[in-house]
Amino acid sequence: MLIKLTGGRVYDPAGGVDGVIKDIYIKDGRIIDKPAEANIEKEYDCRGKVVMSGAIDMHTHIGGGKGNIARTLLPEDHRQDPVARTDITRSGCGHAMPSTYVTGYRYAEMGYTAGFEPAVLPINARQAHMEMADIPILDKGGYVMLGSDDYFLRMLTAKKDQKAINDYVAWTIHSAKAIGVKVVNPGGINAFKFNQRKLDLDEQNSHYGVTPREILRVLATAVKELGISHPLHVHGCNLGVPGNMQTTLDTIQGIGGLPMHLTHIQFHSYGTEGDLKFSSGAAQIAEAVNRNKNITIDVGQVLFGQTVTASGDSMRQHANHKYASPNKWVVMDIECDAGCGVVPFKYKDQNFVNALQWAIGLETFLLVDDPWRIFLTTDHPNGAPFTSYPHLIRLLMDRTFRNDVLATIHPEAQKMTTLASITREYSLQEIAIMTRAGAAKLIGLKDRGGLTAGYCADITVYTDNANCQAMFEKPDYVFKDGELVVVDGKVVHTLWGTTHVVRPDFDPSVEKDLKSYFDRYLTMKLGNFKISDDEITEDGRGSLTVHPLRA
Amino acid sequence: MTVIIEVPSPFCGVGTDDLTIQVDGVTLKVTENGCAVNTPAFEQAIGDTSPRIAGKAVSLQEAVSKAASYLKDTKQPVIGGCATDVNGMRALLSLADRCGAVVDNMNFTAARNNFLALQDSGWMNTTLAEVKNRCDLLLVVGTDLESFAPRFFERYLWVQEAMFLDDTNQREVIYLGKAPSGIASTSPAGQQPKVVTCDNESLPEVVAVLRALVKGQPIRAEQVGGIAVSELQAIADKLKAAKYGVVTWAAGALGYTQGELTVQVLSEMIKDINRTTRCSGLPLAGKDGDQTANQACGWTTGYPARVRFARGYPEYDPYLYDTNLMLANGEADALVWVNAFNTKAVPPVSDLPTIVIGRSGMTFTQEPDVFIPVGTPGIDHAGHAYRTDNVVAIRLKKLRESGLPSTAEVLSAIEHALKET
Repeated sequence: MLIKLTGGRVYDPAGGVDGVIKDIYIKDGRIIDKPAEANIEKEYDCRGKVVMSGAIDMHTHIGGGKGNIARTLLPEDHRQDPVARTDITRSGCGHAMPSTYVTGYRYAEMGYTAGFEPAVLPINARQAHMEMADIPILDKGGYVMLGSDDYFLRMLTAKKDQKAINDYVAWTIHSAKAIGVKVVNPGGINAFKFNQRKLDLDEQNSHYGVTPREILRVLATAVKELGISHPLHVHGCNLGVPGNMQTTLDTIQGIGGLPMHLTHIQFHSYGTEGDLKFSSGAAQIAEAVNRNKNITIDVGQVLFGQTVTASGDSMRQHANHKYASPNKWVVMDIECDAGCGVVPFKYKDQNFVNALQWAIGLETFLLVDDPWRIFLTTDHPNGAPFTSYPHLIRLLMDRTFRNDVLATIHPEAQKMTTLASITREYSLQEIAIMTRAGAAKLIGLKDRGGLTAGYCADITVYTDNANCQAMFEKPDYVFKDGELVVVDGKVVHTLWGTTHVVRPDFDPSVEKDLKSYFDRYLTMKLGNFKISDDEITEDGRGSLTVHPLRA
Repeated sequence: MTVIIEVPSPFCGVGTDDLTIQVDGVTLKVTENGCAVNTPAFEQAIGDTSPRIAGKAVSLQEAVSKAASYLKDTKQPVIGGCATDVNGMRALLSLADRCGAVVDNMNFTAARNNFLALQDSGWMNTTLAEVKNRCDLLLVVGTDLESFAPRFFERYLWVQEAMFLDDTNQREVIYLGKAPSGIASTSPAGQQPKVVTCDNESLPEVVAVLRALVKGQPIRAEQVGGIAVSELQAIADKLKAAKYGVVTWAAGALGYTQGELTVQVLSEMIKDINRTTRCSGLPLAGKDGDQTANQACGWTTGYPARVRFARGYPEYDPYLYDTNLMLANGEADALVWVNAFNTKAVPPVSDLPTIVIGRSGMTFTQEPDVFIPVGTPGIDHAGHAYRTDNVVAIRLKKLRESGLPSTAEVLSAIEHALKET
């Protein structure tokens, strides 16, 4: 079927188009050039409307064990937001940690067409993929977590060479069906199992004698040498600790120019100034990001209200359990592989720390110059549920609105932020970069995040509105692979997205030592650990899309 | 005849995946690494392969249509059992969503002891590989671990080497409450476990005192539940001295009312111990697809597997939506029983229209209105099941060509038939 979107104002940073009135043609799920013979079968009048590609959330906890622990932990939260079935959609629950089906619907209803789970434990990757397989409409993918697994740390202690590390990393990416590599509190999750309660960048794991700095260097090198597009995805040391801004600056310096993505950097941008010994480090962090072109970041914005934090960082989550609200929490050590911690949080605008966290996130957004190197996230659900993105976009695009909200937060926090003096307002093109073109480029998604011919027809059409929260909350149309899935902010049709992966090369002999390790120390046979393609595709809904490596 | 190695088991709960199984047509024989739980479960012969309506053999299509006709005008059917693989649960939840059913896993009343504690205060838990490599002290509470999982000690404690222990023989095992039924917990070097017994009914008091002792609270009593407080003090001291203690229990073994409080006291005690050293809980489950049901229901609805869809959206009530209560109180108008694992776990006898999607070989005292024999995940078709530690999903293998449909195929067909009518 040939579809035409007529007369919309197109924001397509990937194609170098910035607010130009343009027709878009779709055929067989792809965007095509204007056809010679226009047998348009379906035309959508987009005059007066804004057209962007489907949005991509490059860091959102939508699949895997800790998310399901968070769900199980919070029946009272689900009861606030029951979601009934319709003729075309399944029932479920929403709010902080929505059910999988509702996750897909609500993302699509905001114009998102892809989401990436950033913390796939190798041993829990099956679950991550099974959950994501039950998220309709969205494309998905995962970053596999390494750095606290005993196999890797044993390799470092044994001074294995970089080539051996690369083979192990590539093998793990294959086994777990991932598109990137993440490290969480490098070596710290492991150190917590040895009863260490903190681990600074240059502090040694008490058993292995290796430091987070070494782990980061080795993994970032592996990712680069394997040709994986997405730089090493780093959840740094000392999450949430006042003064961790210095750790973050040292981490940037310590990576020595290698590509590195620092995730939810808001939680790692804290100083120790002021009477309450908690201050914003956003300016220093933003300056370092601006100066170091090898660094990309996402923000992990905090927004006020009830949510739940679900993280692989068992060490820091255990330390933060005293802030649990409601007061219940889970910490797990997992399979000599990693760990997790789930702590419900209620961020309050009248709490000094929470209010300043809110301001630090916004300062970071506004002080980092290059929208291609910063991404819009709340670290769903950790800073806030993803459904708050339209509100966040308004805070970025509308200075008056931002300052109105700023005037309502804890007065001491107002004094500790420069937010009121920052005049920057994000443009639609900058929003499109952060949430579309930039995200696709960072992850290395071929044919996604743009609107030129040949791209997948993942398209969102909004009605321009001075209130950009209203605009981004309710797209007029969303197309996924050329099929109309949302009209006026409601799902009208569902389909199944693909799972994006990369497949870097490795020396198959890597399995020799791994097999022996699995037999001696783990609880599963190596052959049973590896996820096969048919586990993703056998139900007839799932598919795998392999993306190219960097040349 | 073929031999299949490294076969994972969905039956024992602890993720045994080193079985060797000889396949001769549809006959299976466990030739290596079997146990009292797994061997009979794998070797169970196929029974009927033909579906029945009121005891009369029919085609699969007829049985599916009949099942759909029973469900068509129901207001609140109950889908009990819920013992199948992930794909089976997906189809089950989809059907339940469509017909407004109650979904209730057959082990939920046992698991409830864990869920109520989890949902009230949380916990610190671990998984089997951490036990294997780190555990220097295992406290078994109120449970006969080796009858629950015969190979637990062999696979996870008395292993040749552990990454973080010099000698696995040095691990200490303490039983509190129930005594072990065999000698699996005796170390290869002959070290016997310390056994401190009490009646099941005394466990709440005993664990409460143990937690108080861990916290350093003064206890005036000299004994509790027949156990000298000094004995409990010794256990508390060992827990605090261990580098990586593990406390394990089977929620179903705490067979008294408000067993959840025992789980909660243990879990809070573990949190207390973690102020100074490391200690983790290890709840035991993973049988009859219970963890699988709770996981799949968890991501699909937000709640573990005792939910109701009658109002169009999932509602969770760990007490009200109990299959047996729903039937006893006349609140259900049809019963669907799903059990692809265990031929002995048959549906409660009921006057309601009863549809059974059961493992081939299931026999009944009261013939159901519709019986559709299905294959077993991990034998007749591939699939996924969760282990006791809830993190690891195992990939189940297809071992033979029996022609039996999967739970997912049958339930999807019933839902499809419902849609058509």
